[in-house]
Amino acid sequence: MNASTSETQVPFTTIIGLEVHVQLQTLTKLFCGCSTAFGAPPNTQVCPVCLGLPGSLPVMNQRAFRLALKAALALDCNIASFTKWDRKNYFYPDLPKGYQISQFDLPFSTDGTLEVIDPKGTIGPCRVGIVRVHLEEDAGKSMHDETAGSGDTRIDLNRAGTPLCEIVTQPDLRSPQEARLWLNELKLLLVYLGVSDCNMQEGSLRVDANVNLHIPQPDGRIAKTPIVEIKNMNSFRSVERALVYETTRQWGVWQETHAEMGKTPKQTRGWDDPAGVTRAQRHKEESSDYRYFPEPDLVPVTVSSAQQAAVRSEMGEPPVRVRKGLETRWKISAYDADVLVNQGRQLVDYFEELATLIGDGKIASNWLQQDVLRTLNERGGTIEDFPVRPAALAELIARVNAGDFDTSRAREIFSEMLASGRSAADAVLSMGIAVIGDDELVALCRDILAANPKIVADVKGGKEQAAAGLIGHAKKKNPNINPGKVRTICIDLIRAMQ
Amino acid sequence: MTLSQQEVAKVAALARLALFDHELATMTSELSNIVGFVSLLEELDTTNVDPLAHPLDAENVFRDDVPSPSLSTAEALQSAPRHDGQYFLVPAVLGESGAA
Ligand SMILES: [Zn+2]
Repeated sequence: MNASTSETQVPFTTIIGLEVHVQLQTLTKLFCGCSTAFGAPPNTQVCPVCLGLPGSLPVMNQRAFRLALKAALALDCNIASFTKWDRKNYFYPDLPKGYQISQFDLPFSTDGTLEVIDPKGTIGPCRVGIVRVHLEEDAGKSMHDETAGSGDTRIDLNRAGTPLCEIVTQPDLRSPQEARLWLNELKLLLVYLGVSDCNMQEGSLRVDANVNLHIPQPDGRIAKTPIVEIKNMNSFRSVERALVYETTRQWGVWQETHAEMGKTPKQTRGWDDPAGVTRAQRHKEESSDYRYFPEPDLVPVTVSSAQQAAVRSEMGEPPVRVRKGLETRWKISAYDADVLVNQGRQLVDYFEELATLIGDGKIASNWLQQDVLRTLNERGGTIEDFPVRPAALAELIARVNAGDFDTSRAREIFSEMLASGRSAADAVLSMGIAVIGDDELVALCRDILAANPKIVADVKGGKEQAAAGLIGHAKKKNPNINPGKVRTICIDLIRAMQ
Repeated sequence: MTLSQQEVAKVAALARLALFDHELATMTSELSNIVGFVSLLEELDTTNVDPLAHPLDAENVFRDDVPSPSLSTAEALQSAPRHDGQYFLVPAVLGESGAA
């Protein structure tokens, strides 16, 4: 390590690739009309098709295919004009047919990219290649309760047959932080386009990560540590933590064994979140052991360029364009635009409505970040259900701009609007805040000046900061005064005396 | 076409079939015959034949994303060797699902 560099240098490069599964936002499963709604009682959303009963036949859900196509186009993939499905054969109790309908050699899309730029600038822009995006069905859910002392595993097949989009990246990510940033952008993209709700708690988005280290050798050769696939990460934070752990672990193993890729088989490790470690899992079957063959029950699908264009036309704006749009239209910083966009499309709509009403993006952004988002974080809930709508907030901001009250007073009024659902004007009335007319305020200021000749003399003598003392006196006379306004009026009056 | 006993043992393991050694021997010769029969197709010249993805001359068969009734839980579970009225029950499976 070079002591003269301030950054932490590590003697290797971390190579990360991701495999992401997202549940497509459909009402029904991929090959049957069973509902995909989350949280139903076990085995209530199943039928002969998704149970794999003899004689049943799958029929492709058109919406699922369109959503997958939308995702692939948004990820800049090449769309195959001809695509088919294959059977991936393996035995597991949550897979009733004994095979998963997936795509093997003719996926419907390949060779895409998704670039992400860190608004804070701490991580360089990362451009990640997409190997393929394909459409497949999910398996069911198996639950084993070891503490119950029962030897049984319980199977719920509600999820079996749910449409999934599998997105496989090139090993283009170079740090756990990059991986997290990129995943966040991918999620945002898919949510903005209405492809998936990407809810990790409900299993709508799952991530596996492949990681190894490239270690330059004294002879110029690059040694590569065996690739490890990490599973069971249930949040983007876990992904980052698991990758940090795994990087360190592989470096430790390398120093001890100098084991290189190819000499030991690819390993699967599970992330144990509470313990903060990855643990070796049973051997993964080789890909050829899945004995893929074409699914005879489904006919192929063709996609014309006209169909691609149709899907593109209904695509909606990806987050990267929304950010740029906010920056240019409303003159807000890239950082602020990123904060707003990360909160989702609905918050962006709220922002734009507010900014339009008050004619100022910067002020709208400040109110959203400081007051609206803070409140949402504290109380939970979504911006759609937020009690203070843009029109009401705009009214309040307009009155702050008019000098009716200062920001701290406005915050109190905002709280009252939140609690009562009242308009700004009604909240002001109900709080007994009498807005003081300009004439009244000038009269009040004259009284204070008359009563405080010492301060007046100080201000006259050039100590403008002495005017602060006048504000306290004004507040005693009338708690509703706007301190900023009082200060300005007083200084103007004093100047006029000279 | 001759398969090795090792190949047949591997396929049997993947199919979750437990074979005795004498069964493995029989199976190896019988499977070799079947594969040998099918491999007659290799004699055909397919240089100018496009790969066939599906024997039916049909494409783009879709259904609309409209829910239809599912089975009741009782109906869904009725053929299961074991269930608890809510879930299918199977002997304890540990380790990862192969799904993905
Ligand atoms: Zn079904």
